[in-house]
Amino acid sequence: MSFFKDLDLRKLGMQLLVTSIITLSVSAIGMVELFGGRYVITGLFTMAQILFLGPTAFFAYRAVRETPGSQKWLGLLKALLLGVSVGLVMFAFVWLAQNFNVRSIFINISPRLINILTFEHAGGGTTLLITLIGAALAGGALAMVPTKLRNALLLGASITLLVGLLSEILSERLRSLFSSQLSSAIFASKALLLVPAIVLFTLASAISFLRQSGRIGTGKIGPDLKPSQAKIVRTALISLFLLVLPMLLGSYLTEVTNNIGLFFLMGLGLNIVVGLAGLLDLGYVAFFAIGAYTMAALTSTGHLGLAEMSFWVALPICVAVAAFAGLILGMPVLRMRGDYLAIVTLGFGEIIRILALSDLMKPYIGGAQGILNIPKPMVGELALIRPEQMYYVILIGVAIAMFMSTRVRDSQIGRRWMAMREDEDVAEAMGINLVNTKLLAFTIGAGFSGLAGAIFASKLGSIFPHSFNLLISINVLSLIIVGGLGSIPGTLVGAIILVGLPELLREFAEFRWLAYGVLLVTMMLSRPEGFIPSEVIKRELHAGDEAEQAG
Amino acid sequence: MRDRLRNLNFIDLFLWVVRAAIVAVILVGTVKTILSNPYTLRNWEDFIIFGIAQGSMYALIAIGYTLVYGVLQMINFAHGEFFMSGIFASTSAVAIPLARAGYLASHPIPSLLLIALCSILISIAISLLTERIAYRPLRHAPRLMPLITAIGASFFWQYYFRGLFGSQVIPFPDIPQLEGTVPFLHTQVLKSHVLVIFVTLVVLIGLNFFISRTRPGKAIRAVAENKDVAALMGINVNRTISLTFATGAAMAGVAGMLYALVFHQVHFFMGFIPGIKAFTAAVLGGIGSIPGAAVGGLFLGLFESLGPSLFLQSLGIPAFNQLKDVIAFTMLVLVLIFRPQGIVGERLKEKKA
Repeated sequence: MSFFKDLDLRKLGMQLLVTSIITLSVSAIGMVELFGGRYVITGLFTMAQILFLGPTAFFAYRAVRETPGSQKWLGLLKALLLGVSVGLVMFAFVWLAQNFNVRSIFINISPRLINILTFEHAGGGTTLLITLIGAALAGGALAMVPTKLRNALLLGASITLLVGLLSEILSERLRSLFSSQLSSAIFASKALLLVPAIVLFTLASAISFLRQSGRIGTGKIGPDLKPSQAKIVRTALISLFLLVLPMLLGSYLTEVTNNIGLFFLMGLGLNIVVGLAGLLDLGYVAFFAIGAYTMAALTSTGHLGLAEMSFWVALPICVAVAAFAGLILGMPVLRMRGDYLAIVTLGFGEIIRILALSDLMKPYIGGAQGILNIPKPMVGELALIRPEQMYYVILIGVAIAMFMSTRVRDSQIGRRWMAMREDEDVAEAMGINLVNTKLLAFTIGAGFSGLAGAIFASKLGSIFPHSFNLLISINVLSLIIVGGLGSIPGTLVGAIILVGLPELLREFAEFRWLAYGVLLVTMMLSRPEGFIPSEVIKRELHAGDEAEQAG
Repeated sequence: MRDRLRNLNFIDLFLWVVRAAIVAVILVGTVKTILSNPYTLRNWEDFIIFGIAQGSMYALIAIGYTLVYGVLQMINFAHGEFFMSGIFASTSAVAIPLARAGYLASHPIPSLLLIALCSILISIAISLLTERIAYRPLRHAPRLMPLITAIGASFFWQYYFRGLFGSQVIPFPDIPQLEGTVPFLHTQVLKSHVLVIFVTLVVLIGLNFFISRTRPGKAIRAVAENKDVAALMGINVNRTISLTFATGAAMAGVAGMLYALVFHQVHFFMGFIPGIKAFTAAVLGGIGSIPGAAVGGLFLGLFESLGPSLFLQSLGIPAFNQLKDVIAFTMLVLVLIFRPQGIVGERLKEKKA
């Protein structure tokens, strides 16, 4: 009987259930079908296969990792059981879909999905069953490989996967920067060719393995510098890189970078409100909208334009107006905390959106038709039309905002915000004026958002109320949480992951918000401090761990 | 100290200006409307009955917010999704196949019961999953964290159900027996509205009995009072919290069913606005109080259905019905700012507000 006790049937049953539900879900909600045509390696395997084999492999890996060292064979047995049961569930799924009209209810269970799941074999789910068992065993086996080798293999696989996913863009870049022969030697029809993929995988794994063993990459390159000098050199290098970036990236990628920049800008603002001051603001998009509409009203040459100012004159006005709106909206909500504040700000955001859409405001801001004919920024006689030119405007904005947020964070005000975030009552007892401190956070955060909105309006040339919905607020909130609350580099990483990646994986757009939801929940559960945590938050969140260990 | 006092005075002044402006809009609008009298008595009665029907749905959804808040002091941001998931899934998977088979038209009562049952069960299942995965592990974490997982869960369920059943608006099948009106006093009332109000009453009485008389209901109240003491008294706190979520979700499932009967359509995004409005209703009535949620829902429904015609129309606002949601949201904001304890509630302790 101790065999069954070791097997821990209850836990295994739970894992079986979870894996089956995930695998069924990615198929039934249409993700698998959507990614079915997205090859990672030409003619060999697609994103879809990663989606429906991945969960089984991952949970098999976890099951083996969790079994104690002396019982690895038991772990492998668990992996096998997992593969067999998920395989049987999926087998039944395929059978049901082939024999009944499930599609009239679940619209995404299409013949094409079944084709993908059965690897184009007409027979049914047998191939799928065998492949799933294979995936489970592979995942289990990976867990038994020594750590260094395993890390190397995983890194190699992820790099190959990433390059495969981004093939379309990478091949275009290679073609325009180098030669089309080079590009077609590596990529074909939007995916990696087999041989380059193997070379890439081997190289990445080998380098990572050797680095871990300490054979290469530990020696210092370049002359020894004092820390202050090193900092100057680093800053200079980064600035140079950022200045030439649009030339390396080309038009499309620069446009993506611009979007990342705008969201980073908003993220920096919200980071002050949520990350530093701890005030959860879900109506943040309102200030973005106010900035954009102010810019539109001041500069537009259409019939709704008021002043036909130049971009550069209007810009500070937009920031000021947005900051003032932050102050006004901040005042009534001063006495609120936590979730009440979140709901009230959400209400504000919705009110502003509905008003912008309504006929009441139509004579001033155009209702659903929005404001058109917003001119581009001018430098002398040159209008900044191309994304490569707009890039520099956004870069300047981001640079100013980054400088400001770093200075503010490290100043006395930043410390007051953090004190308030920790405990309002104690902060007040320490002589911090809560009213001023909160209002300042709202105002500065709103100003950043207004700056982003103003640039956004000018970049697009026309704005509509539909661009300013709750999803923007959620997007900005997600990116600062994923990056790490209170952390400025974290915000940048969050913006790159949450704004940049979806633009590059365009099939992904339909499931973007689903993925955000999963990301928010898993981040809070497993890594609440974010990918690049701020030191203070990390200490705070893990203070309990040490206490537990000590006690 | 003086500096602080000056600040507060300024802000108080600002808040008083806001109050005065709102009261002025309501008063001027109402007086002008009454003087110009654009509607017949019949119109007003229709507004009122529609308001009560709408308010009943808000009341049912609001109970979910209130129960969870009472037990965990947390706003369950995903509650609107519990409401959506049940009726959205059971419309696609039960109601439409039943209608196609002709069973819905021939046996409306058993089919409606079946659809309602499915709606309730799916809502409960979604709520239990959400509680187990997204809330329970964070029960002792800073309050920001469960709120963020709630937002995440909300988006996840919306787009999950969109993936399952599609992004289009799905029409809820018509039931011939529920079409038309019945006479009531000297006016005609839609049958579906009568059904909504009747079902809400029955469900609310049932809930009241469940909470006040049964053992599980007492356990919920005990846990809401004090979790530690309840645990010492032998109550399984985790299970009781799950039960609380399930009760709230069952109410949301019923509300979803009623929503489909009144508005004849379902959609993956339908949970968001009713969710926020029901939260408003819960706050209006004093969050944490079940009778409060019922009263608040009714009040909000009436206010929303009468409001645009009563206050806004005569102020010369074009297309004033577009601003219906603004009324509800403004009310939410105002109540949270000026009376977070609700209209009928008692003053909350500082830590809860």
